[in-house]
Amino acid sequence: MTDLSLIFSVSFIFIAMVISYWQNLKLEKDLAIGAVRAFVQLTAVGYVLKFIFDLAKWQYVIPMVVVMILVAGRNAARRGEGLPGAFVLVTLSIALAEFVTMTMLVSLNIIPFTPRYVIPLSGMIIGNAMVASGLALNRLRSEISSRRAEILSALALGATSRQATEPALKAAVKAGMIPTIDAMKTVGLVQLPGMMTGQIIAGANPIEAVKYQILVQFMLSASVGITSMLVCLLAYRQFFTRAHQLRSF
Amino acid sequence: MDIKLNLQNISKAVNGKLLLNHVSFAVPEGRIVAIIGPSGAGKSTLLSLINRLQDPTGGAIYLDGTNIQTLDVFALRRRVGMVFQQPALFPGTVASNIAFGPHLSGHELTRPVAEFLREVGLAEEFAKRDASRLSGGEQQRVALARALANNPEVLLLDEPTSALDLGAAHQVEDLITQVCKHHGLTAMWVSHDLEQAQRVSDRTVLMVSGRKIEEGNTASFFAQPKTEIAQAFLAGEIGVSKLQGE
Ligand SMILES: Nc1ncnc2c1ncn2[C@@H]1O[C@H](COP(=O)(O)OP(=O)(O)O)[C@@H](O)[C@H]1O
Ligand SMILES: [Mg+2]
Repeated sequence: MTDLSLIFSVSFIFIAMVISYWQNLKLEKDLAIGAVRAFVQLTAVGYVLKFIFDLAKWQYVIPMVVVMILVAGRNAARRGEGLPGAFVLVTLSIALAEFVTMTMLVSLNIIPFTPRYVIPLSGMIIGNAMVASGLALNRLRSEISSRRAEILSALALGATSRQATEPALKAAVKAGMIPTIDAMKTVGLVQLPGMMTGQIIAGANPIEAVKYQILVQFMLSASVGITSMLVCLLAYRQFFTRAHQLRSF
Repeated sequence: MDIKLNLQNISKAVNGKLLLNHVSFAVPEGRIVAIIGPSGAGKSTLLSLINRLQDPTGGAIYLDGTNIQTLDVFALRRRVGMVFQQPALFPGTVASNIAFGPHLSGHELTRPVAEFLREVGLAEEFAKRDASRLSGGEQQRVALARALANNPEVLLLDEPTSALDLGAAHQVEDLITQVCKHHGLTAMWVSHDLEQAQRVSDRTVLMVSGRKIEEGNTASFFAQPKTEIAQAFLAGEIGVSKLQGE
């Protein structure tokens, strides 16, 4: 793609702006900011990736992944606003999902431990783990508040806080995992995933691109499962005191 | 008469707001104490301290002479059963609700489910029914059976008939008093229905704005309240609004 055609693509943003103006949605400013940010962030990342790939050294992978995890943790923790320690528990959960999935990918020789493979796949793992942990945390909070009477009844019968929150925990872990499972069911039929589309357009053999897409889809189900479960198991404790009393937020 | 529960100087503050203010009284073993008072008086908060669903910020509570803070919290909660205004049954069958408490501690029910059902006036066939599909009165009966399955010594009743229609309310009220007599249970029964309080209780405690205003033998409390506030309350002259002005 030439730089000139990239400039022409700005016209797509204008279409969205015209719709916003016409329908009085007041999204023009957000669209402008979004477009500029997308351009600046992606260009910067492109150069950083080019730099790291050219060095092709694994030492540069780790700081990059750590930054990705921290940004993702900060973002997902917003879903747990007011919950003490939300950032720490979300970040830990995302980090563990990344660690387990990446270790398996590398040790089973599915991918080599080089920046070209590790960084884009980590981006997918961490990004999906971020969304999953945000959903799980949000759902856990709403389940605990809507099931308050049930939880108090269980505690009053001698249940531990873990036993009393069992149904809420299940619902929250599911909420984190379901979008990924649903995506697995419809992938290829409803949408072609962005990564695969990009690869094919950039000239890759579609069969090769599909192989990676299958890998990605399977890998994501593991990583969102790990994050959702861990986030819920760490977060539910924050709703209770040590004497198994439900806190009022 | 032995003292089953002893509340000494109980206070509870939440975010700087005093919900309970130096409340003391004793509950004799095998008796029912009615807790009455206007809405917002702190009655529910008081009950929740007895099985440590919350802890007081001051004072101490003794069960059979032992400070409840020194007891294992799960053991305490099994000894002190609770029935709320809303039955809040768990998803599943009636039988699974009744077995919930014993199963938590890895025990089986001490008696068959049918026996608990009979005790709360439900036929044996209810065991397999879906708990969410029962009437309000039936659900509250199951909630009572669920509490009884732990073989408690004390029952905390937080307006257990308030959510029921008149007919069911009377039936559940009779049922609870029978069960308490039959097992010799000690009970604290929060009620906003003064006639109910008179029917069911041996003693009555009047709470207003987090304070104990008066307590006494139920018959004499209702016949001859000593304090002006109690007289005004029984005459229906104390509403929530007046209290908030205090
Ligand atoms: N966790 C809490 N935080 C702040 N205020 C509370 C809390 N729980 C109860 N209250 C307040 O304490 C007062 C007493 O409540 P409650 O014990 O439910 O009264 P009652 O059962 O007598 O109607 C009410 O004004 C209520 O709004
Ligand atoms: Mg109440």
